[in-house]
Amino acid sequence: MNLTLYIWRQKGPDETGKMERHDARDVSRDMSFLEMLDVVNEGLVKNGKEPVAFDHDCREGICGMCSLVVNGVPHGRKEKTTVCQLHMRHFKDGDAIYIEPWRARAFPVIKDLIVDRSAMERIMYSGGYISVHTGGVPDGNAVLISKEDAETAMDAAECIGCGACIAACPNGSAMLFTAAKVSHLATLPQGRIEAAVRVCAMTEAMAGQGFGNCSNHYECEAVCPKGISVKFIAKLNREFMRAAFIKWKRERND
Amino acid sequence: MRFLKSMVGRKVVMAVSGLVMLLFVIAHLLGNTTIFAGSDSLNSYAEKLHDLALLIWTYRPIMIAAVFLHVFFGIQLTAENYKAKPDSYAIRKSLNSTFAGRSMIWTGVLLGVFIIYHLLQFTFQVTDPAISADRNFDVFGRPDVFHMVVRTFRRSAVALVYIGSMIALAFHLSHGIQSFIQTLGLNNEKTLPFFQKYGTLVAVIISAGFISIPVVILAGILKG
Amino acid sequence: MILDGKCPSGPLSEKWEKRLHEMRLVGPANKRKFTVIVVGAGLAGTSASATLAELGYKVEVFCYQDSPRRGHSISAQGGINAAKNYPNDGDSVYRLFYDTVKGGDFRSREANVYRLAAVSSNIIDQCVAQGVPFARDYAGYLENRSFGGALVSRTFYARGQTGQQLLLGAYSALCRQIKAGSVRVHPRTEMLDLVVVDGEAKGITTRNLITGEIASYAGDAVCLCSGGYSNVYCLSTNAMGSNVTATYRAFKKGAFFANPCFNQIHPTCIPVTGEHQSKLTLMSESLRNDGRVWVPGKKGDKRPPKEVPEAERDYFLERKYPSYGNLSARDVASRATKEVCDEGLGVGPGGRGVYLDFADAISRLGEEKVRERYGNLFEMYEKITAEDAYKQPMRIYPAPHYAMGGLWVDYNLQSNIPGLFVLGEANFSDHGANRLGASALMQGLADGYFIIPYTIADYLAATTPGKVKADHAEFGKSREDVDGRTRKLISLKGSKTVNELHRELGKIMWEYVGMSRSAESLRKALKLIPELRAEFWENVRVPGSGAELNQELEKAGRVADFLEFGELIAYDALHRNESCGAHFREEFQTPDGEARRDDEKFCYVAAWEFKGEGGEPELHKEPLVFETVRLATRSYK
Repeated sequence: MNLTLYIWRQKGPDETGKMERHDARDVSRDMSFLEMLDVVNEGLVKNGKEPVAFDHDCREGICGMCSLVVNGVPHGRKEKTTVCQLHMRHFKDGDAIYIEPWRARAFPVIKDLIVDRSAMERIMYSGGYISVHTGGVPDGNAVLISKEDAETAMDAAECIGCGACIAACPNGSAMLFTAAKVSHLATLPQGRIEAAVRVCAMTEAMAGQGFGNCSNHYECEAVCPKGISVKFIAKLNREFMRAAFIKWKRERND
Repeated sequence: MRFLKSMVGRKVVMAVSGLVMLLFVIAHLLGNTTIFAGSDSLNSYAEKLHDLALLIWTYRPIMIAAVFLHVFFGIQLTAENYKAKPDSYAIRKSLNSTFAGRSMIWTGVLLGVFIIYHLLQFTFQVTDPAISADRNFDVFGRPDVFHMVVRTFRRSAVALVYIGSMIALAFHLSHGIQSFIQTLGLNNEKTLPFFQKYGTLVAVIISAGFISIPVVILAGILKG
Repeated sequence: MILDGKCPSGPLSEKWEKRLHEMRLVGPANKRKFTVIVVGAGLAGTSASATLAELGYKVEVFCYQDSPRRGHSISAQGGINAAKNYPNDGDSVYRLFYDTVKGGDFRSREANVYRLAAVSSNIIDQCVAQGVPFARDYAGYLENRSFGGALVSRTFYARGQTGQQLLLGAYSALCRQIKAGSVRVHPRTEMLDLVVVDGEAKGITTRNLITGEIASYAGDAVCLCSGGYSNVYCLSTNAMGSNVTATYRAFKKGAFFANPCFNQIHPTCIPVTGEHQSKLTLMSESLRNDGRVWVPGKKGDKRPPKEVPEAERDYFLERKYPSYGNLSARDVASRATKEVCDEGLGVGPGGRGVYLDFADAISRLGEEKVRERYGNLFEMYEKITAEDAYKQPMRIYPAPHYAMGGLWVDYNLQSNIPGLFVLGEANFSDHGANRLGASALMQGLADGYFIIPYTIADYLAATTPGKVKADHAEFGKSREDVDGRTRKLISLKGSKTVNELHRELGKIMWEYVGMSRSAESLRKALKLIPELRAEFWENVRVPGSGAELNQELEKAGRVADFLEFGELIAYDALHRNESCGAHFREEFQTPDGEARRDDEKFCYVAAWEFKGEGGEPELHKEPLVFETVRLATRSYK
């Protein structure tokens, strides 16, 4: 099939970008979306033009590198699918496809469709961990964890940190990402001890990185390739209020 | 107050102040329904309410605080959100968000203006002193709130302003109700669709309740 | 040269303990004076960085991805082995050790494998403490499942995403150190050269993938944790960016490359659909527990699989290996599949595929049960092929997967260049000629959490911290080399794209250096690869410049290294006149087509030394001494 692509082209972070038209000819239905772009790029290289830069790595939907907004939806319309796993059979001959980078103030464009997502890392650095030393830990079965809790923690921990939630959020908020990380650790007994400190540090870091506020639109959940539920945002809110209450009580006792 | 600077803290304030106003709106609606029983009913309700000075002087500061916080943080948060998403997509497809949710700031501003107008009209009664309840009394010597309301809504332009504002209220609440439940952390994946559905229903009922008053007056069913 | 693995003497189970006592320590106040450079941020790299930083060393970690939580370890599905013996089914450190040595076809170093098995339990404890949500049973205890090559249940797992969860665990430990200021992360930065000063590894030269800046970093030791080289086959289960560059540049600076011909081909991958294919997706081999592998008995049979009557099907694995059948080892199943396809019996596009049929399992267990067991894999298959495997058989084909070979290291994980340590898949040490399922994650974390922190101290204690600075002449020379090479790639302006040349290399490698090789095919490869390399250096087209984000340039540099490295694999495969594990030489098989190992002549590690571009590398041997295990023949009949 033949497609018309409108792709965001931007030379560098400080340049202005624009949508550029490219034709994709003889696209096979069995190609993945990124393979289709590979073919377009090979054509561009052969014709002495600059290929389209886009992030990708594992191409099996788990590393979280790929990050394209396809026709207005991060990772494209197929639910619970990263764009590297989106196949061309979901498009029709003659379709026009708009391809844009993740957009948010916290995600400056580096080039074309590649954005800088290090703001997400800085949220993690602020407290997305359990402060455990290597070695000197108890046996894995020393602390029992109910199957339900282990499953809930896993539901949150599945987050691949791609940033689609932020790209889809009308407010550019990193709430679902942060909530998934907070909830994963707060659900497990090992992570409870630092839960209050963690949720405060991570939400503060999120605000400091230029992400917007959550106003409960739930666009994030709809585009999440792992289907992370917004119930974890409710959990983050609970954890935050609990942390504030604990702090208030402590200060009163002092 | 770090709580009031934090993302979640300010949203909790939005949720709680919104909830306070919602409870007031519900009470207000229930009080208003006395109008359907005629002038005696509404005027006696109004008089009794005014006699409960303690109640009035307790809720008024609470309401003023709630409105102030809701407006202040609402504008502040929205401004931050606009800043966090400076560029828009060439093509944008919304999957879960609603018109109601995306237009919260605009329905909010509309309601803010409406509240001022409404207070001037029925609380301070300065828009049309001729029909003011503070100057006109019914046969029992009570302020004639009933006639003030009925005469006001006979003017279709005023009635339309009220109807339009109450539609805005319906939109505002349909997002607001499910939103405060989420913000207060009371949701899980099962309750979420429930609150979204019934939140909208409650919003529509409240709005329809308010709208019914100018409608029945305009239609001539309720006469003064 | 005869290499010495420097294993401690004494009984197998006491060797590591003995070494721990022998090794020097660095005092707490001195640790912060040392800088350790870590290249790669998969399981080995992140776990090593976090642990070394926690001990007090200054750590600089480099990765080409945009974050140190995207290394390809993240793709591992199945699980991680540990000799916990929680199910009480007779597991022990010794049994895990023995299974791994046997699975590796007796081509690994006994002492290393034993240590790996011994620390395996600590890994699970560590990960649980970090918050890795392993599967639990209803009483809250850790759950286990069984995996290929073992008769006990010792595999711990987190749904089908164990690698992801372990990597995120290690990454969280790293985050803590980043916050503490003891680690600096350099994402989107690729190592392009190793800097050796006075015979010791003292730094690296890198290219910033965003700005194109070429810079040098000096350190007191360098840890390479850069993963495997299966992308030399172009199509593999590796990530698009996985490459051999870091280890190959170290090889060119004098580090020995060990057993490069041991490359695992995984039997259950989704077949290629056309020329455009960029990578192959692996499906857990657990599918072979219930799926039956077959092809039509006649050539050119174009009927849909359902219409092929039972009598006209060839269940070739069950026919050839009656006792193990569909569950025979990875290398055996892969080879048998390629054979039937070479005979023209393959199915699907290009005849490169065989059926993996669940019809029997569905009628025996019911669709529900099959869904419960393999639902996520069937979904993944459906996403990629748009075929419903409940209604029609899957099509599978083998794909290059894991590199058992890697840089040669001694028992302390130090290469022959002092100060250069190699961890995880990048080294050669633990899997011999074939790796068992759920062992890669175990090795990466064992190296990073529990081995390198001790062994690196032994080296550092004998050196002066900060002895070599980045202004040393060697660094300048290294930057010039890297810069020159980059400029050359840009200047060629030929007519072929990097991808085209990579695909051509992949075809040569798969055809002649693939899962079954002969002296003849390898010689052919040794002729074709240099030709292709020459064409590359004349006719490759790399657009843009070196001073910007340039993905074609990144790929070109990696493919240029593969074009040299492919030859090294062929040399190694040609010299190893035996069949063992993943290395199958057609001349060395039993009359019924099984691998014939030659312990008399080849019970050694082949470590190759670089002897100039295009020159034949020099072979060094490390004899493998089996003090505990008795060498036996692997049989799946």
